[in-house]
Amino acid sequence: MAACSIEGLLAKAEQDEAEKLKSITVQKELDLEFDIGNLVAYDKNRIDIRLFREQKKEDFLRSLARDNTQLLVNEIWKHPTERVEEVIVVKLPEPTTALPREKPPPKPRPPTKWEEFAKLKGIQKKKKTNLVWDDVAKEWKRRWGYKRVNDGTKEWLIEVPETADPNEDQFAKRNKAKKEKVAKNELHRLRNIARAQKIKVPGVGLTPTAQQSKTDLARAVNVAKSSTASAGKFQERLPKEKAPRNTGKKRKFQPVIGNFSNEKQRQLDLLKVMDSKKPRLDVNKAVNKQMREDDREESAAKFKKGGKKGRKGGNFSGKGKGGGGKGKGKGRAGGKGQGPPSGKKGAGKPGKR
Amino acid sequence: MRPLTDDETKTMFEKLSKYIGENIKLLVDRPDGTYCFRLHNDRVYYISEKILKLATNISRDKLVSVGTCFGKFTKTIKFRLHITALDFLAPYAKFKVWVKPGQEQSFLYGNHVLKSGLGRITENTNQYQGVVVYSMADVPLGFGVAAKSTQECRRVDPMSIVVFHQADIGEFIRCEDTLT
Repeated sequence: MAACSIEGLLAKAEQDEAEKLKSITVQKELDLEFDIGNLVAYDKNRIDIRLFREQKKEDFLRSLARDNTQLLVNEIWKHPTERVEEVIVVKLPEPTTALPREKPPPKPRPPTKWEEFAKLKGIQKKKKTNLVWDDVAKEWKRRWGYKRVNDGTKEWLIEVPETADPNEDQFAKRNKAKKEKVAKNELHRLRNIARAQKIKVPGVGLTPTAQQSKTDLARAVNVAKSSTASAGKFQERLPKEKAPRNTGKKRKFQPVIGNFSNEKQRQLDLLKVMDSKKPRLDVNKAVNKQMREDDREESAAKFKKGGKKGRKGGNFSGKGKGGGGKGKGKGRAGGKGQGPPSGKKGAGKPGKR
Repeated sequence: MRPLTDDETKTMFEKLSKYIGENIKLLVDRPDGTYCFRLHNDRVYYISEKILKLATNISRDKLVSVGTCFGKFTKTIKFRLHITALDFLAPYAKFKVWVKPGQEQSFLYGNHVLKSGLGRITENTNQYQGVVVYSMADVPLGFGVAAKSTQECRRVDPMSIVVFHQADIGEFIRCEDTLT
């Protein structure tokens, strides 16, 4: 019996081993192609249609998937591994499959006005060096940009030409010219972009955007209104339209020595408004008042009790208590301006004598 | 130097009304002369009209201070009251706190007032009410905020804070350079 069972066990063990090995190795006619970078395996083996029809379709498909996955995993583990935070990880190589584009390729930018003109005239772009030798400073300076060679605005001496007005500020003139040039360049750049993206730019006024909020529309209206020869001074307003305030960036303050009575009146009005906004029933005050009333009643009740006892005992104690009670009452009633006498503080809890 | 805008005036009045309530009217509208508030370098000054006219003769960068500095506006446009306003606020104070002689010095060094140092307190003071702190000889010492209402003050233990310190006259020596 035992021998039989031992043999049986051994046979079983062998069978298990074979099964395990079988499960790792897979036999295929054609080898699979792998793209481990994308974790992909391409199986070009023909499918046996008869086999497919004989077996249950689910089982056939499942076994096929299992085999292919096994091969893929085998291939993955052939690559070098490393250990990251107690997990063994395989370093994947670069993907070899070329994936198609997600979005359409960008269209070429339409040429700008200058580029069209240059093409027309046959002007080639000349490559210029970034740095130029400056003899005055005896060093290499940029052709354009920060600390450039010919910065007109940084001249310390400008000769006033014969034809110019002697009172004119030449430095300010140069700065202004520079600003205008920069603004012109920016304008042309934006126009090129607008032409490229086929956005219509109005000749004057603000460009409309897709969703305009109330403030945007108000601003556009204000700009349009003030774009007249008199800067909008004689433009009529609609019946219920309010005058625009704070359209400019500059803040306007009242003059330092203005009309004093006006100022005083404004401040008094402001105070009146602030007073009216305060609630008439101050909750805290009401609660405190209620608490005071309760305390008073409590102490009065205790006094009565104490008074009765005192009457039994002797006269003077009753007097003392009466005096103390009276004092307390006074302190309570006249509590608006002055505080209660300091003796009260020493008394601690109310009602205790 | 410029007058305050409406928003700034509102912020400042709200702060002042915490200490003196409706008596701000007496500051704005005085029988003995026209006084006004002017803003210079983020600080609010309370000046009489005469001094104001003289002050306009001094250039902005050379002008250090005019009249009485009530306080300053912080970078986030909150108004902070300075001790230099005490002379004007003390007579109109609505809620007062008297400090015992032993604890006076502690308050003048910038500490809060504990219950053990509390001499007297105005009846029906709310919690977090602005108060003016006096010594027992009725000398104004500074400003504070009541940490507890009068009712609670009676029942609380002697080591707890009853008035938070805001400003005291010791600052005239401690913070000499930043007071203007």
